[in-house]
Amino acid sequence: MSYLYAAYIIVWVVLIGYIGILTMGFRKLAEEVKELEK
Amino acid sequence: MKSKFTIFALITFALLSWGLYEALIGAPTEATMGPVQRIFYYHVPCAWVMELCFPANFLLSIAYLIWRKPEIDALAVSTAEVGVVFCTIVLLTGPIWGKPVWGIWWTWDARLTSTLVLWLIYVSYLILRKFSIGGPNAVLAASLAIFGCLDAVFVFMAIRWFRTQHPKPVFGGGADSGIDPRMLQAFFVNMAAFTALGILLVWLRFVLERTRQKVEEAHAMKALGATR
Repeated sequence: MSYLYAAYIIVWVVLIGYIGILTMGFRKLAEEVKELEK
Repeated sequence: MKSKFTIFALITFALLSWGLYEALIGAPTEATMGPVQRIFYYHVPCAWVMELCFPANFLLSIAYLIWRKPEIDALAVSTAEVGVVFCTIVLLTGPIWGKPVWGIWWTWDARLTSTLVLWLIYVSYLILRKFSIGGPNAVLAASLAIFGCLDAVFVFMAIRWFRTQHPKPVFGGGADSGIDPRMLQAFFVNMAAFTALGILLVWLRFVLERTRQKVEEAHAMKALGATR
């Protein structure tokens, strides 16, 4: 049972981690756009 | 565009929730492997999304070399990156399933080795893309994509061509293949859910890449304006 939960947790950690990286990318770009507009 | 994305994201979330319920509760427990077989409902759909992303990247790389449009390039890099994410999941969940069932975490059989090589090829592709700008690097990246796509085909066919530790295909693998109808429902719900998630992530990554391209262009124009 622990193998099963470990696998499911890893899947969601990887996916949520990737979504987090994308979100950080958007934030960084938003800051760059703000600087460009100055 | 934004509302379309929100609606699609909500549908994906609903499908993933339904898929999780079906995988952990709805589907019956497999007689030989027990509960650990439920990894199947995540492992195979992730492999499926990976097998969609890499050939898509191959076609888009070819299209970019012909038409040289930044939109195509952005979509190509998006499919490669999302493919690597799903390939990582496949490479992590596979050994977790393998250990209690086979007694080993890993073996160098044709399916497992070619999947690891596939991951390495596309990680190299992404590194090449990240640390190089335009020119012949696009050709080099496209060449890597061709190797990657050939390997993606090999990964798919490996269990049909060779005797492997990895099991034979569950569907279309001969007279003894196939699963219980209730398992089939859980499987197809998760296939739909992960396909939708794959599309959603490619969409998100594409928007990010296009924005990055436009910001880079604006930076270049600004620098050009400053030198005049």
